[in-house]
Amino acid sequence: MTKVVVAMSGGVDSSVAAALLKEQGYDVIGMMLRLWSEPGKEDSNRCCTPDSMAQARRVAAKLDIPFYVIDAKDVFHNTVVQYFLDGYARGETPNPCLICNRQIRWTFLLDHALALGADFMATGHYVRIRKAENNYQLLRAVDKSKDQSYVLHVLNQEKLARALFPIGDYPKTEIRVIAEKFGLPTASRKDSQDLCFLAGDDYRNFLQRNAAEMLQPGEILTRDGRFIGEHNGLANYTIGQRKGLGVASLVPLYVLGKNSTTNTLIVGTQEELGSRELTAREVNWLSGETPSEPFHADVKIRYTAKEAEALVTPIIGNQVQVQFDASQRDITAGQAAVFFQGDLMIGGGIIL
Amino acid sequence: MPAMIYLDYSATTPVDSRVVDAMRPYFSNSFGNPSSVHRYGQVAEAAIDSARETVASILNCRPDEIIFTSCGSESDNLAIRGAAYAMREKTGAKWILAARAEHPAVTKTLSHLEKYEGFLIEWLDVDASGMITPEIVSRAICENTAIVSVMYANNEIGTINPIKEIAEICKANHILFHTDAVQAAAYLPLDVESLGVDMMSLGAHKFYGPKGVGALYVRKGTPLISHLTGGGQEFSLRAGTQNVPYIVGFAEALRLTNEERDQRVTHVKPLRDRVIGTVLETIPDARLTGHLESRLPHHASFAFKDVDGNLLLTLLDAAGFACSSGSACKTGNPEPSEVMNAIGLSREWGLGSLRVTLGVHTTPAEIDSFLNVLPQLVQKARILK
Repeated sequence: MTKVVVAMSGGVDSSVAAALLKEQGYDVIGMMLRLWSEPGKEDSNRCCTPDSMAQARRVAAKLDIPFYVIDAKDVFHNTVVQYFLDGYARGETPNPCLICNRQIRWTFLLDHALALGADFMATGHYVRIRKAENNYQLLRAVDKSKDQSYVLHVLNQEKLARALFPIGDYPKTEIRVIAEKFGLPTASRKDSQDLCFLAGDDYRNFLQRNAAEMLQPGEILTRDGRFIGEHNGLANYTIGQRKGLGVASLVPLYVLGKNSTTNTLIVGTQEELGSRELTAREVNWLSGETPSEPFHADVKIRYTAKEAEALVTPIIGNQVQVQFDASQRDITAGQAAVFFQGDLMIGGGIIL
Repeated sequence: MPAMIYLDYSATTPVDSRVVDAMRPYFSNSFGNPSSVHRYGQVAEAAIDSARETVASILNCRPDEIIFTSCGSESDNLAIRGAAYAMREKTGAKWILAARAEHPAVTKTLSHLEKYEGFLIEWLDVDASGMITPEIVSRAICENTAIVSVMYANNEIGTINPIKEIAEICKANHILFHTDAVQAAAYLPLDVESLGVDMMSLGAHKFYGPKGVGALYVRKGTPLISHLTGGGQEFSLRAGTQNVPYIVGFAEALRLTNEERDQRVTHVKPLRDRVIGTVLETIPDARLTGHLESRLPHHASFAFKDVDGNLLLTLLDAAGFACSSGSACKTGNPEPSEVMNAIGLSREWGLGSLRVTLGVHTTPAEIDSFLNVLPQLVQKARILK
């Protein structure tokens, strides 16, 4: 029998993923990772609270599948949390979920799944895989409002060959119906943009506790170099931010950029926001091959951003230049730019 | 569940079908309350009396020295709390001696007495094999020592303590001596006269009896204050309507254990010896935990360097083998156990513990296939780390 490990969260999506695979005749094993939380706040990581663990255990019992929890605290801290801190130290707004998907879920957990003798690993992500002639393709979910392909642009052919995404073909409403049919809990884990290890706290408080040394006060300047105030650490600001600048001005001011070398925050008016181009590094091509020609694509620059049409030009050093047809607000270094053609994901990289 | 091989008899055992048969009449047919005056009550009471006599004859004590409880942990609680309060009242003594390698039913109870009741606990060091020697006890006692509690055999590492010698020291110094014999009962002699103990805890599910029933032996004259108060059941030491079918099951399971002890030892010991020998031979950076000779005959326990013990259990389970570990936890948050710390294992060894415990249903073929896969799984666990 084909063996598959399902990464379970206790929520409706991964529970239904497990139930569907079981129904399709797979030999299903449930797994959950024990992730890192701040010292003194143990058990607070949103991805593995005692509640969600108990819930996943109940689902596994209901489906009559084995369930194991694997300790990933150290590896999660050393890769994901460290990446988060390093990103802010560089003046970026990092997206640690990307690293988590690449290093933790689709490397650490996948290695454990394979060690257990699994042929595949499945998650409750809203995304689809299609086996094309000689490779695997990653497609956006049928339910566009739930599509999670953005955070999975880090996958490669080797991992896609092992991946199953059983719920990407269904709209969310139907997932709830299926959950009810199987007698599974129907509650979703609250959709949250917060990072799991922040446990609901503001990331600024987290930085204050864990990397206070990077929060050095510095100058707030306009684009033409006019001094207009002091900031309390670059990491406290993100591109496009308007509130909390603490400077008096006749017109509303927005964060335009950060210069970590000079520790200055650049601000300006709404008209100054936005750009028609970006460069991205560490680009991953889902097909495994770098396109030889520039190509047109729909480009998404944040998890929640709407796609925008652009010309994507691969350049040396595993980078791309992206020329948008129209100016884009809030292009933020550290977030990913991900390229689609229709539902097909082409690739993505980290915005410089 | 697919075919699994169960090698975790120290966690619990399947109930012997003969025990189930003995219990069955006392659920719906002879269901009376043993405290009732009428004949329903008389039948139930007779069943408990008979069970108590059976247990007493095996322990070589009087029936009224046996208190039935709900589990081994409750027996430990009754013994330690009950004697601690009574001794404080009687003599003012409030020192209690025990090892950190004791079962949590003992260590957590003592920590509780220390924190909330003002008792003074002296934690004894075990030697590298996990043993409490008579010398360790001799050195530690003083005239204010009220109780010494030393387990008969250790659950995690199988080491058997010299209970008889320790009991002699306690007796000579007028100190109450309690032993947790929950792990020992399936294989070791339980004659309390020969052992010389004042109190001894037992739990039925470690010797093919049901979960949810235990017993405490209390030597006549031992001062003890009840902590489950209410009716006068169990000589006013443990209130609450007795769990008649489970008490009957306890006695039948102990009777069979006593009767078949020699053949059970003869069955498991050679298999266990093969486990120890082969593991140490075939797996690099492996060591036996606990004593080599003075150990329970069904018990093998190891530490593997640089292995996540929890992950090893997961790999074993997926491969069809049920074992346990000193750092076992279902939440993926492993810490070396107190026992691993107490025998002086560093973290890199202490996190990689494995306990393999055999029983009456274990077959040579099962041990073969276990020994066949374990080296690869330890290797896998090391690579994943």
